[in-house]
Amino acid sequence: MLKVDGMNVYYGNIHAIKDISFEVNQGEIVTLIGANGAGKSTILKTISGLLRPKTGTVSFLEEPIQSIAPHKIVLKGLAQVPEGRRVFTQLTVEENLEMGGYTRRKSEVAPDLAHVYDLFPRLKERRRQTAGTLSGGEQQMLAMGRALMSHPSLLMLDEPSMGLAPLLVEQIFEIIQRLHEQGTTILLVEQNARMALSIADRGYVLETGRIVLSAPAGELLENDEVRRAYLGG
Amino acid sequence: MLFISQLINGLQLGSIYALVALGYSMVYGIIMLLNFAHGDIIMVGGYIAMLIITAGINPAVAVVAAIVGCAVLAMVIEKIAYKPLRSAPRISLLITAIGVSMLLQNLAQLVFSANARPFPSTNIINAANLQLGSVQISVSAIVTIAVSVISMILLTLLVQKTRMGKAMRAVSEDMGAAQLMGINVDRTVSFTFAVGSVLAGIGSVLYCCRYPVLTPTMGSLLGLKAFVAAVLGGIGSIPGAMIGGFAIGLAEVFVTSIGLSEWTDGIVFAILIVVLLFRPTGFMGRSMSEKV
Repeated sequence: MLKVDGMNVYYGNIHAIKDISFEVNQGEIVTLIGANGAGKSTILKTISGLLRPKTGTVSFLEEPIQSIAPHKIVLKGLAQVPEGRRVFTQLTVEENLEMGGYTRRKSEVAPDLAHVYDLFPRLKERRRQTAGTLSGGEQQMLAMGRALMSHPSLLMLDEPSMGLAPLLVEQIFEIIQRLHEQGTTILLVEQNARMALSIADRGYVLETGRIVLSAPAGELLENDEVRRAYLGG
Repeated sequence: MLFISQLINGLQLGSIYALVALGYSMVYGIIMLLNFAHGDIIMVGGYIAMLIITAGINPAVAVVAAIVGCAVLAMVIEKIAYKPLRSAPRISLLITAIGVSMLLQNLAQLVFSANARPFPSTNIINAANLQLGSVQISVSAIVTIAVSVISMILLTLLVQKTRMGKAMRAVSEDMGAAQLMGINVDRTVSFTFAVGSVLAGIGSVLYCCRYPVLTPTMGSLLGLKAFVAAVLGGIGSIPGAMIGGFAIGLAEVFVTSIGLSEWTDGIVFAILIVVLLFRPTGFMGRSMSEKV
């Protein structure tokens, strides 16, 4: 479904992503794990079109997308929940969701809103509040609901557990699994490797811009090196 | 009773400043650019209206042409001069805007000469002053205030209620996140310039009706004062620009009315300095939080 091939990304002179290739198949949950600064977010930004790879290709549903404008990539069914949530704090909860459905026709937005409110009842309670007044967990829910409004076939999540209490993290991961059961393919970027691997089918381990390991999630959980570096022994 | 006429006078001038300040604030809000060419767009609008009226065509056509002309000019400038600098440092954008401002002034000088030209204001608003008891009220002032207030209400509805308006607010808060929603940022920015310049076009005609003299540099002082109004209200804030505009207009008129007319410009810029020293975010400005 998504195929990244030989991707190199630079920030000025800094070679951030070094010749990375990986793929996500329809119906999978795939996770990219790695330490802070390994290049996980850079990869997602490049797939979404916010950054341009210097070389390499990104194809989605058999179509190259590495030189398409970001807003057109969303239209193809590829959505991202960005790192740090990046909800529009000055807009209300409902306006944020409407923006998520920007690519959809007006008549399609209402049922989508109902679906998101069904998934996140908290958001419905707070629909008239500005997003800046929400707690971290609610903002994460809003960021996810907002991305779902575009009806993605592939949803990329960048550090959804960041800064959340353990109970909330579990809730968020349950919802990710639910979305997956409803047919959404998931690419999950996480520092919380244990949580990510526990729900993923496959995982890639990233170190300073390179993929150093790729295996089914169960194997990675058992891998000594991974345990030592990312799972706390 | 003099007070009431002065108040209306101040509101008239203030509403023009507010219309122009809105253009500054909206553009700053969306791409962090102080568009110093904004005042010169007003000048171009004035000349367009003048040319059409003196050609004997219906003044209503002239007003519409001035407004459309301002919007198109702003969109073209954005596309040619500002868009290529979207990811450049903000200072490059600022310098470019000053360059565009000079270009417009000098082009106007080339085409229309540096000599002042009369603006046929009586073709647009032609009515005697109203006499209410002992108070004289200028009809053109009332028209100006009414047109401005209606424009501001429409703008507020546009920004708060429409899909495009919400997209404008989303882009101005986080351009990257807006792109991830599928919002076409280029089109949204271009639309913002157009809306700001429609207001400038309206302001242009109203300003020329009050001060019916056209010069190629007439936009620069008007633009600067409107900029002060935008800063006073809190740059980036739409209600702030409105309040700031009225405040500057009233301040100018009252300074003049107490006999300090040669101080009016000085007072306006003194307000700028005081605001920047003590409350740089203005009345309604958001505090600047660094994005990580």
